[in-house]
Amino acid sequence: MIGYIVRRVLNYLVLTAAATMLAYVLASETLNPALKFESKHPRPSQASIDIYLRGLGQDPRTPVVVRALHWFGDIFRGNLGLGVDNQPVTHELWTRMGVSLELLLVGSVIGVALGIALGVWGAVRQYSFSDQATGVLSYIIFATPTFVMGILAMIGATYLNRWVGHTLISFAGEYSPDVNGGWWPHFTDRLSHLSLPTLVLILGSAASFSRYQRSTMLDVLGADFIRTARAKGHTRRAALIKHGVRVALIPMSTFLAYSFGLLVTGATFLEIVFGWHGMGELALNSILNNDINNVAGSTLYVSVLILCSSLLSEVLYAALDPRARR
Amino acid sequence: MSMDPGLVVEAAEVTDVPLASANSRARLVWLRLRAMKRFWIGLTVLVLMVLWAFVGPAFSQWSITHIDVYNLDMGPTSRHWFGTNELGQDLYAQVMHGLQKSLVIGLVAGILCTALSAVIGAVTGYIGGITDRVVTWFIDLFLVLPSFFLLVICYPVFHGSWIILTFFLALTGWMVMAQTVRMQTRALREREFVKAARYMGFGTWQVVRRHVIPNVISLLIIDASLNVGAMILSETALSFFGFGVQAPDVSLGTLLDGGWTSATTRPWLFVFPAGALIVLLLSINLIGDALRDALDPTSGANRD
Repeated sequence: MIGYIVRRVLNYLVLTAAATMLAYVLASETLNPALKFESKHPRPSQASIDIYLRGLGQDPRTPVVVRALHWFGDIFRGNLGLGVDNQPVTHELWTRMGVSLELLLVGSVIGVALGIALGVWGAVRQYSFSDQATGVLSYIIFATPTFVMGILAMIGATYLNRWVGHTLISFAGEYSPDVNGGWWPHFTDRLSHLSLPTLVLILGSAASFSRYQRSTMLDVLGADFIRTARAKGHTRRAALIKHGVRVALIPMSTFLAYSFGLLVTGATFLEIVFGWHGMGELALNSILNNDINNVAGSTLYVSVLILCSSLLSEVLYAALDPRARR
Repeated sequence: MSMDPGLVVEAAEVTDVPLASANSRARLVWLRLRAMKRFWIGLTVLVLMVLWAFVGPAFSQWSITHIDVYNLDMGPTSRHWFGTNELGQDLYAQVMHGLQKSLVIGLVAGILCTALSAVIGAVTGYIGGITDRVVTWFIDLFLVLPSFFLLVICYPVFHGSWIILTFFLALTGWMVMAQTVRMQTRALREREFVKAARYMGFGTWQVVRRHVIPNVISLLIIDASLNVGAMILSETALSFFGFGVQAPDVSLGTLLDGGWTSATTRPWLFVFPAGALIVLLLSINLIGDALRDALDPTSGANRD
């Protein structure tokens, strides 16, 4: 078991490293950090451009693979290079990561839990009104991209605020710049800003997880071991929760690993739409600014997140399925 | 010496068997599909959307480039059903054109993507060995990077050309399905009919084409229908953030992008393209789910 986990961790670490370097190489091939000097009048001398590029670690005369390896080696010294504005990438990452993680973790944890609960509930009460209503609703949410849902929620909140007569839900940015008073007004202000994007992320993840959980739970409901548990004298409720849900969750752990990338992407879109200064904004801006180091840094963030979710799903799988522990 | 009539009939029957079974399977699937309400709802809506996108512009009073200088920034009226933007362009005409582009990109990229996963998954699964391990490793590698990030990094390559964009969309979406096909192929590889074909001396490509792909075809049909929706989604997201279809081309994503900044003050600029996108994806998902249930009743992925 320990050996297996160690092997998986090593495999994931190698994959993460390779994926980040791949992103670095791709970004170096497609982006040109010297482009910003093209429009300058007078154009700086080639020598000063070279010095600038060398400072970024992107001297075009060094082969791109060497540059990627060099950049990657520096990670272990806590150095992700400089952005085009000569600010360290790590500095940007630290300030923005908290913003993104807040939304992603709160939204996905509540969303996944809610989705699982709704899925189990729907399967147990198959064809009931509540089952069919959540079914239709999840269909519609599933067909709505998160960023569209986010903006529709903003439009709805605007009408709601207008109807109530004062700002009940604020949604522009992460917090209002003009809040006075102690920590309480600040706290409620943040909560108000957090509410709308979090709600959208919860709805989005709950919709896909509830559909999947419902079908795995339906597979389990007719299984022999549930009947055995009932025959042993368990109540229906106890049999379903102790034996049914546990088995129905096993395929969900794999689904979690596959869908986590989509969750990260969805959360990133929401951040941008709601004007948060998070990782999403950094990633898109760095592409537009030809900022290779920041692109690679953002990729590192995403791939480490996905690495964590894959590990979590492996651990969950082992915890739920005793056969996997052998 | 006359031929025994019974023998002739028997021979004819033998050659008919594979044909008949393929037909009856298609018939069975069609019978199941026909009984599903959501299949008909999805198909009707999709056909109407396609007609609207491709035939609609011919009946529209406004063209996509027409500028109505007397009606700038107007909400929906009887002249402009979906309103106009700040340049005075008719949104109804724009949504029809945007739908057209999104449909074409989604269909081409979706089918291409499934074809890629079928070929890569089946060939690597069939050959096995070092090729298989290398390709599997690359699939794992691409699963670590969300496809949106890859596409955004590659954006300078397809900048401005929606045709190259379509290919890139397909290139970044085949991994999960290729793995499934690969796993199925590995199981098929050990079956007698595949072994027989191999020992008869058929090459990899022939075995894959004649024995492996037909056995995973239902999976592929389901995947293609889901992919079309996924590709439309990717295209709109990319274009929305400015990394996909570029002006003067119009897609649902660029329209959403244009309507976004003023969404709270001029909601019609956002709500109509968003509505078209949601209805389109809903109809495609309905058809995809119905196909999945008809082709693979045991999957239970979406039982009602």
